[in-house]
Amino acid sequence: MGDKVLMKGNEAIAEAAIKAGCRHYFGYPITPQTEVAAYMSKRMPKIGGTFLQAESEIAAINMVIGVASAGYRVMTSSSSPGISLKQEGISYLAGCDLPALVVNVERGGPGLGGIQPSQSDYWQATKAGGHGDYHNLVLAPASVQEMASLTIKGFELADKYGMVAMILADGTMGQMMEPVEIDDIEIKTVEKPWALTGTGMKREHNIVNSLYLKPELLEQKNFERYEKYAKIERDEAMFEEYLMDDAEICLVAFGITSRVAKNAINEARAKGVKVGMIRPITLWPFPKKAFEARADQCKAFVSVEMSMGQMIEDVKLAIECKKPVYLCNRVGGMIPTPEDILSKIDEVGGAK
Amino acid sequence: MAVVFEKPHALTDAPLHYCPGCTHGIIHRLIAEVIDELGIEGETIGVASVGCSVMAYDYFNVDFVQAAHGRAPAVATGVKRADPSKVVFTYQGDGDLAAIGTAETVHSAARRENITVIFVNNAIYGMTGGQMAPTTLPGMVTQTSPYGRDVEAVGYPIKVCEMLSQVDGAAYLERVSVHDVAHVRKAKAAIKKAFQNQLDGKGFSLVEIVSTCPTNWGVTPEKALKFVESDMLPYYPLGVYKDIYAEGGEE
Repeated sequence: MGDKVLMKGNEAIAEAAIKAGCRHYFGYPITPQTEVAAYMSKRMPKIGGTFLQAESEIAAINMVIGVASAGYRVMTSSSSPGISLKQEGISYLAGCDLPALVVNVERGGPGLGGIQPSQSDYWQATKAGGHGDYHNLVLAPASVQEMASLTIKGFELADKYGMVAMILADGTMGQMMEPVEIDDIEIKTVEKPWALTGTGMKREHNIVNSLYLKPELLEQKNFERYEKYAKIERDEAMFEEYLMDDAEICLVAFGITSRVAKNAINEARAKGVKVGMIRPITLWPFPKKAFEARADQCKAFVSVEMSMGQMIEDVKLAIECKKPVYLCNRVGGMIPTPEDILSKIDEVGGAK
Repeated sequence: MAVVFEKPHALTDAPLHYCPGCTHGIIHRLIAEVIDELGIEGETIGVASVGCSVMAYDYFNVDFVQAAHGRAPAVATGVKRADPSKVVFTYQGDGDLAAIGTAETVHSAARRENITVIFVNNAIYGMTGGQMAPTTLPGMVTQTSPYGRDVEAVGYPIKVCEMLSQVDGAAYLERVSVHDVAHVRKAKAAIKKAFQNQLDGKGFSLVEIVSTCPTNWGVTPEKALKFVESDMLPYYPLGVYKDIYAEGGEE
């Protein structure tokens, strides 16, 4: 390896998952993520792995639970309506503290919505889409290379913390082709003494379970899980800053919108407007520290989203509403253009 | 002193929570005896479902995962695919397997998934207090069919063995009962065959056990057993519905 190859984002996820030691994939066809399944269906039989097209997204996520219980790396992928169906299983994964990778290549909604790119599952992904108190680790790639690297990172974080890591990619990320390098990696394995491997008549039986009928026990489990989440918020937040040193206006964007925002920033800078960007790479944990540092420096923030304004709430919380936060958005499968963003920069006082 | 009767090793010492007269206890014991006799306790992984048997994981001395309502065959698929050398079984009630989990049941059978499914049919949702199940008999009174199951309004019961016998992937389907000693012995033989099939790599094996719910049927345990014979078995006839490896079977 070490060679760059041209790949679709969806294929990069699949190949990176294999490099990360994932040998079990369960899916169900849905646009625009089907290439993940197609790639896995070709590769898995050649390397002794499992590719299984389930009868539904619900069945697929429950097959994921089975493999995760047995202690192996496992994943599923889908797009927005299918991810809604998986929420039951994702809640059970959280309640059982099981590691797994779930990929959402988002399309427009609600309902059947459309098949063009969207970021409107932000709330579902970051605020826990299923029932109960829990979080998923949410990683937002902004290039095909990151589709690969964050997939590997996702498996590592899922194993490290015993929870679901979700790749939240918009449809553009899944469909676009870019040069990518996916090297063989040293797989970081963790001990899983809780895994269902059979007692071998040598130990007490292991139980993977999310049922606690005694309320004081269930409360305790929730407290413990939130101690883990607090540690993750402290240690695992990831972000990229772009031209923020002297920025007066801070754009906030992830995924494809961050790519468009960079173009807009370059054009604005050429006109002398001091604008920069914070790109959250982890959406949960949201990189609050990056914002704390810039809240006093900048006079305004602009959340650039392909949703009706979901991430904007986290931006406001991160800067504790010290400065105005504006929304620049397109939805329904439409992508903001650099012009859309430039006119918003003008509107919020960035015009020279 | 000679031991003449003891608890199977595959059962834990945890006291069962089941109501007096409920046949879950008999079925648990039969499964545990089979696990002991086949010497598979160390390699067996159970999948518990949602319903009265939700806490089966506390009663069997084997590794266990607790699945969401109806999803046990999908979870079992994952466990088995992860390590095919393990013996994987699900333990499911009628609401779990034949209502909310119908798709998972049919498709795990269609894939000839090499797992063992123990299906307990007592024609009612027990855990939630006695609601109409997919297997509730026509005319039968439950909490949510207080005037008796009206098939014109709510449809007919699902006959699981008959339905799955049309699925090419299903390898072995048998309906048994535990309402008297002779039938308990036949039930054990069927359960043993369903586990042995998995060890032999024969694929999807399901044993439907016609069972009782004295509490929610509102009758004594004795009357419940009689109801099985007089009312349940005429609607759910016992027997082997499919055995593709039997003499005269399809393979």
